[in-house]
Amino acid sequence: MSSFWNIWVWVLTLGSLVGCFLILRMCLKNFAGVEEGESMGHTFDGIEELNNPLPKWWSTFFLLTIVWAFGYIALYGLGNWTGLLGWKSSNQGILNLAESKAKTLEYLSKDSGVLVQYDREVAAADAKFGPIFEAYAARSIEDLATDGEALKVGQRLFIQNCSQCHGSDAHGTTGFPNLADKDWLYGGTPEVIKETIMNGRIAAGMMAWEGALGGDQGVKEVAAYVISLSGRSVDPDLAKAGKAKFALCAGCHGPDGQGSLALGLPMGAPNLTDNIWLYGGSKRVIEESIRNGRAGVMPPWKDILGEEKVHLISAYVYSLSQD
Amino acid sequence: MKNSHEKVEKNVGLFFLFTVFAISIGGLVEITPLFFQKELATPVDNLKPYTALQMEGRDIYIREGCSNCHSQMIRPFRAETERYGHYSVAGEHVWEHPFLWGSKRTGPDLARVGGRYSDDWHIAHLTDPRSVVPESNMPAYNWLNTNTLDGEITGKKLETFNFLTRNRSHKDENGKAIPLYTQAEIDGAKDAVKGKTEMSALIAYLQSLGHALK
Repeated sequence: MSSFWNIWVWVLTLGSLVGCFLILRMCLKNFAGVEEGESMGHTFDGIEELNNPLPKWWSTFFLLTIVWAFGYIALYGLGNWTGLLGWKSSNQGILNLAESKAKTLEYLSKDSGVLVQYDREVAAADAKFGPIFEAYAARSIEDLATDGEALKVGQRLFIQNCSQCHGSDAHGTTGFPNLADKDWLYGGTPEVIKETIMNGRIAAGMMAWEGALGGDQGVKEVAAYVISLSGRSVDPDLAKAGKAKFALCAGCHGPDGQGSLALGLPMGAPNLTDNIWLYGGSKRVIEESIRNGRAGVMPPWKDILGEEKVHLISAYVYSLSQD
Repeated sequence: MKNSHEKVEKNVGLFFLFTVFAISIGGLVEITPLFFQKELATPVDNLKPYTALQMEGRDIYIREGCSNCHSQMIRPFRAETERYGHYSVAGEHVWEHPFLWGSKRTGPDLARVGGRYSDDWHIAHLTDPRSVVPESNMPAYNWLNTNTLDGEITGKKLETFNFLTRNRSHKDENGKAIPLYTQAEIDGAKDAVKGKTEMSALIAYLQSLGHALK
């Protein structure tokens, strides 16, 4: 704050405190020329105004609030002065995260004389919870998946951050994968689960195929073939025509539709033969998927949660598909 | 001194003036100096202007009253920053007209919601919140899927923001202010949004929130 505004704040604040005191002192004196408790000489509707003084308890409390204000200013400061406590709620004027971290470190050191409430709060929590997360981070995901305590922490983190898409039971919903079964898009090993949460899965997705398949008829044919892959009955002529066109799909879903994971490919194309459907398995939805494509995205959580928490969530997710 | 408060009590005009004076002190001390603080006029290093589509999305956010239930202001409490991320700082909001901090949280804070959920999730959630969050009490905004933008005044909006932020934009190496939008961006704004759904605009806006502090 520039010195002008600093003086502005000081003058107005102290001025109004002194002003309050002077007005109070004036009002405690009797200027009316009438004895205390006597009539002021006018009545209205049978009510007579008496010259009564301000109640003692009230004027005492008023005085105490003024004294309190000076004490408060002394401890917490005014304008540019930070007060005897050197207290701040948080760091101000931050322009990037590096600056925020530097200020936190500077003010946390004992001789800075500044007490940033938020930084103290976080440092205290880190001292308490930090070692717990550190100990978990040092253990393998397989090991944590058998530790009830660790799984409880992981579950809470999951419900807080992941349930919005995957559901509070991790069973997913339309368009958001079920994490509790053994059907994986990118892989269900501890390393791959952690990789998925850390960096997200922002694949190109499935393109719209209507044009390449020669219009609506092509879509219907391929859909019929895809439905037949999981053993459901379809029009055999349609499926046969679809099978011929499925070569276009095999690049991602594999020649037999068993999905990219079975082929060791990284694009997350689902297995089409297991009758598990991410977007729904009805004829209409499968045709829609082929016609318009799909682009499911898993956001990266590395920067939001940090690796230690992702490690615990990975253990929780991994444990869901272990018997 | 005579019984002078009789003067105040019997003169409404004078009483009004004194009242205004007494009430104004708090605002003069707490609000006025803020208008002249450098840190409240300096954007954070990575602050980027809204694209034309995000700007339209922001206006839909205002129109639908999202800020009645969602704040965009993470306070410096650990309980909040654990959930939402780094607390909000002044430099992230210097280009906001009006600011959308909100004051009520029926739903969660959205200051850093960008990138937390996929576009697909936002579509599902805005179309039918219960489809992804069963206990949600948020209304459905399914008309956003069918309403389209015409972009008639999108360029005007960008131009207006250039004017509103003229003293608070980034500076180039010579200390000269860089306007938020170039003339080409203003001219191309209509084509950038025309025909897009309101859903895509709102999601573009939501996904842009909270990335500036890096």
